[in-house]
Amino acid sequence: MELKRVVVTGLGALTPIGNDVDSFWESLKNGVSGANLITRFDCSAYKTRFACELKNFEPTDFIARQDARKMDLFTQFGVVAADQAVADAGFDMDKVNKNKIGVIWGSGIGGLKTFEEEMLNLAATDMIPKINPFFIPKMIADSASGQISMRHGFRGPNFVTVSACASTNNAVIDAFNYIRLGRMVACVTGGSEAAVTRAGIGGFNALRALSTRNDDYKTASRPYDADRDGFVLGEGGASLILEEYEHAKARGAKIYCELAGGGMSSDAYHITAPHPDGLGAFLSMEDALRDANMVPEDIDYINTHGTSTGLGDPQEITAIENLFKDHAYKVSVSSTKSMTGHLLGGAGAVESVAAILAIKHQMVPPTINLFNVDEKIDARIDLTPNVAKARKIDVVLSNCFGFGGHNATLIFKKYNG
Amino acid sequence: MSDIASKVTKIIVEKLGVEESEVTTEASFTNDLGADSLDTVELIMEFEKEFNVSIPDDQAENIQTVGQAVSYLEDNTK
Repeated sequence: MELKRVVVTGLGALTPIGNDVDSFWESLKNGVSGANLITRFDCSAYKTRFACELKNFEPTDFIARQDARKMDLFTQFGVVAADQAVADAGFDMDKVNKNKIGVIWGSGIGGLKTFEEEMLNLAATDMIPKINPFFIPKMIADSASGQISMRHGFRGPNFVTVSACASTNNAVIDAFNYIRLGRMVACVTGGSEAAVTRAGIGGFNALRALSTRNDDYKTASRPYDADRDGFVLGEGGASLILEEYEHAKARGAKIYCELAGGGMSSDAYHITAPHPDGLGAFLSMEDALRDANMVPEDIDYINTHGTSTGLGDPQEITAIENLFKDHAYKVSVSSTKSMTGHLLGGAGAVESVAAILAIKHQMVPPTINLFNVDEKIDARIDLTPNVAKARKIDVVLSNCFGFGGHNATLIFKKYNG
Repeated sequence: MSDIASKVTKIIVEKLGVEESEVTTEASFTNDLGADSLDTVELIMEFEKEFNVSIPDDQAENIQTVGQAVSYLEDNTK
């Protein structure tokens, strides 16, 4: 059977560097750092006391209090980002077949704050349970896609994909494939995470994964820099509306770009460390190119996973060099995590939106905080250091790699009408 | 309004997001005040916490209106 074409017809963004798509792009273009001293809880006893939090965001400005009360923060982030994307897509809600529009969302952890607070209450009441009835529905990671579908009446396939930092890319690939197979006409996809909590910061500190550059936190997220010392935890969410191409054209939808392919693989190596030769990354990118019916020379910009960790950064570049060969020195490469921080399960979402906006504006967002490139990285690789670069961008490849060896890669292509 | 009644009203307004004027003695949590089954469980828990009482499930089943909540609490707290 012939696979249908899939395009992007709506975007939403709620990020540490912008609470909507336009301000998100402004910040990306201008190389703004989203890092700030943590406000979400008293972190004075913690090794890392900064993160990339949302700024000036009040959930009840967008969600009725009675509804917001029954959502964990990660769901609230998802709901707001998805609301933006659905509005942007401009569906005629009286005409479109809502039974054929699904919601497939990504989140690595889900309702961490809800879980943490309820357990702290339990400990404070002598381990005698007086658990709130909304605890389970708020905590479980699938609640985001459920709530989004309820708000809009979308009755198509509905679930959340979990693969640590690759969660959203897996969600997008599932949405992509179901539309290609004709099972849905459109899908709300994306991801969100709200892990700036005692358990989140404390847990990642215990793994030695977070930067502890408290005295200069704005420059802490510095992928590929020789002095990087870990990632910066980010929170928020972003959303894209994927739609079957003929359906989008028939209703005169605004088309941002086409989703050309999705690739996946596993490192089968270690619970947190990536494969030392970047094998999983290689396989994922190769799989994506094959799925998109493309070759490495078709790619103009690679939005890397690039988290600013010691182990992960060089391995991804190695994989790119092995796969792309000489073309690795012609593509533009950048890690937008240098600005947004690492949104864990939501990373793929903000990075997909960044990739799509790069195509729209024909500009590569920079890798900021690059002071001295790690000598392990070939100097011929164009990491788009510190300043955004205007260039022809027809095709973007976006990588996400999760703890446990989950790899997922998306390829977005310019739509020429 | 008695002290108990005003505390009960406050809890209902806070949890169900309704106006104080809607919280009349005959008002049913589910039929009039928009509560679903999880909301009513939460209300009972809040009453237990605020008034330091334990409300067993079989008694909780009979607390379906504002008035019934106030009566129960007046009978079971000092």
